[in-house]
Amino acid sequence: MTTTVSNSQMDGAQALVKCLEAQGVEYIFGLSGGSAIPIFDALVTTGTSIQLILVRHEQGAAHMADGYARATGKPGVVLVTSGPGATNTITGIMTAHMDSVPMVVLTGQTITPMIGKDAFQEADVFGLTMPVVKHSYLLKDPNDIPRVVKEAFHIAATGRPGPVLMDLPKDVSSGAFKGDLNPPMNLPGYRPERDININEIKTIADALGRSVRPVILAGHGAMIAGASAAVQQLAETLNAPVTTTLLGKGVIPETHPLSLGMLGMHGTAYANKAVVECDLIMSIGSRFDDRIIGQASKFCRDAVRIHIDVDEAEINKMIHVHHACVGDAKAVVEELLKHVSRQDTDEWLRRIDGYRQKYPLRYGRQGGLKAQQILDELYKMTKGNIVVTTDVGQHQMWAAQFLRTVRPNDFISSGGAGTMGFGFPAAIGAQFGRPNDQVWTIVGDGGFQMTLCELATACVAKLPIKVLVLNNHYLGMVRQWQELFYDDRKSGVDLIGNPDFAKLADSYPGAKGFTLKRSADIRKILQRAMEYNDGPCVINAECEKTENVFPMIPAGRPLEDMLIDRPRTKLEKPTGST
Amino acid sequence: MTIQQSTHTLSVHVANRPGVLARVAQVFSRRGFNIESLVVSPAMDGKFSRMTIGLSGNPDGLEQIIKQVGKLVDVLTCVDHSDDSAVVRELALVKVRVGVEKRTEVLQIVEHFSCKTVDMTETSMIIMATGASEKVDAFVGMIRSFEVVELVRTGKVLMARGDQPT
Repeated sequence: MTTTVSNSQMDGAQALVKCLEAQGVEYIFGLSGGSAIPIFDALVTTGTSIQLILVRHEQGAAHMADGYARATGKPGVVLVTSGPGATNTITGIMTAHMDSVPMVVLTGQTITPMIGKDAFQEADVFGLTMPVVKHSYLLKDPNDIPRVVKEAFHIAATGRPGPVLMDLPKDVSSGAFKGDLNPPMNLPGYRPERDININEIKTIADALGRSVRPVILAGHGAMIAGASAAVQQLAETLNAPVTTTLLGKGVIPETHPLSLGMLGMHGTAYANKAVVECDLIMSIGSRFDDRIIGQASKFCRDAVRIHIDVDEAEINKMIHVHHACVGDAKAVVEELLKHVSRQDTDEWLRRIDGYRQKYPLRYGRQGGLKAQQILDELYKMTKGNIVVTTDVGQHQMWAAQFLRTVRPNDFISSGGAGTMGFGFPAAIGAQFGRPNDQVWTIVGDGGFQMTLCELATACVAKLPIKVLVLNNHYLGMVRQWQELFYDDRKSGVDLIGNPDFAKLADSYPGAKGFTLKRSADIRKILQRAMEYNDGPCVINAECEKTENVFPMIPAGRPLEDMLIDRPRTKLEKPTGST
Repeated sequence: MTIQQSTHTLSVHVANRPGVLARVAQVFSRRGFNIESLVVSPAMDGKFSRMTIGLSGNPDGLEQIIKQVGKLVDVLTCVDHSDDSAVVRELALVKVRVGVEKRTEVLQIVEHFSCKTVDMTETSMIIMATGASEKVDAFVGMIRSFEVVELVRTGKVLMARGDQPT
């Protein structure tokens, strides 16, 4: 039963819910506990339209909010209790922080007089999360709640997005609210927008005008800014090829003739060769991550390097650039479009096409079931019109290679953090945000087991998510490194003890399991999965155990050292970190 | 390999809120910069504070650190004044164990460096030295020939000259 509350008798938690409604929040992903009870109670007493999605583990809540945010562009909201409830979200907060995802995390906290006294389920969440949030608050007064909510959503979603944490002591959430529900923000030090420097744009346009072998590198920043159309127009105007980062997949359709797909450690050979041979590289919203540049000192050494980024601190961080422009990717590219014209790049594009013919993405057909083939078939059946989330490892790279992304916000993956266990809960969040789209999550048998308890969450909401488990009974990417760089000494990678994932799915009410063992059955099983929409389904695909991901650039090596295929000679241990 | 070290003085204008010092300090510690001196006090308007940070480290990373501090939500500005024309001052209190027989000698040094004695007993005195850090260093060097019991320095505070904002 719900009771109506008027402003005069609200408590902090009820004011909080009102403020979340004002921010347009549709879903809260959370799990309750002692110090969060007033807030969970307010979700009932306010009669709010906000839906609470009860998770099975708080890490799942954070990844769901993350997946929701990436799929919709709107901040995801997490609500958990103090102490372990809050610390369980930290992996998810870090994941969102690394990939610039807008998120607001509400954590319960012990009552203010007990803070710092080792109270039951007390943790210094404000301190623990400080390195992985864009900003955070420890509230002391119920009347501050509306201003802090407003600021939190504003900070999370503007500029370079990121997670914002609100730590809410129980006496604050249950204390009487007598304040203003719509006060002004007070953020004197926060200036996410800045005027674009036209001179910088003109300098960049001049450089583009002198280039005959340009490459555009589009990253997540271009996606976040909604710059997809502008980037495509820029590429077409200049007649310049576009490669993307893992998180930039879909900024321009990967079916576009100027698309080179993903670059970097496991990127396409033609993207990497284009980057090696270009005379100009222009990043739009990427941060020149170490998995893209390989060895920083050798990356595009002789090319003109240009960086467009909303975050000034990214300029000259990984590589030194000749020209930079700080600003929103869409605004910068739209301005740049006024100053550029078609370049004579035909010979350059012909050369790249030669690489495309010579070094296509490929895989052997002999042996057992190939993960790549399943993904290849999935792409052909769906034409890319699905939302895909992935976990982290070999399957993630194969998904990036073989599932071409044709729309922005359709490929969701933990890029910077590389968080195993991300894929499935992120898919749940994405499905809530995009109820009319078909959502697939591509996971490995290792990562899926980290968060598969959320099958219950998906079942309760009857979400028709397709979970494709590319099961090789190994922590495959580490096994690949051990094979290539450590004389095939396997250490801690053998996942004996896996459950039968199909049977496991069948044991959840409303979920369905499928087993895929032969390549001849791929289409049939994928089709059945697409037709099952009463709840989540899990396809347990028993894949070739020792398949490797190629191309590969060993960590810390220059892009020139790319391995197209399994090397015949022993390789030195990589100098790069991962 | 020797890493080139250099010293810098940053002035950081921040909102006066809990946690802001921890956030700023974290940017430095994560990149291995050692904060050598730190002064935090309310700015002209009590809603804001001024931090003056003296530090040393590899200058390569400094540009990025300044930008990272600058982008913290509670930070209004972060400016490196190392090469600027700025007035830099600090204050030191030095407690010297000194009896009647050497008091005059100590007072000569105090006078030379335009210091002040702020406490005096039969057996000790506290001297206050102010000025540029180099001057304070020189004074401390001289006074060490006596029995220095305690030494407390504030660390640098700084203000840009003329029309330049700090």
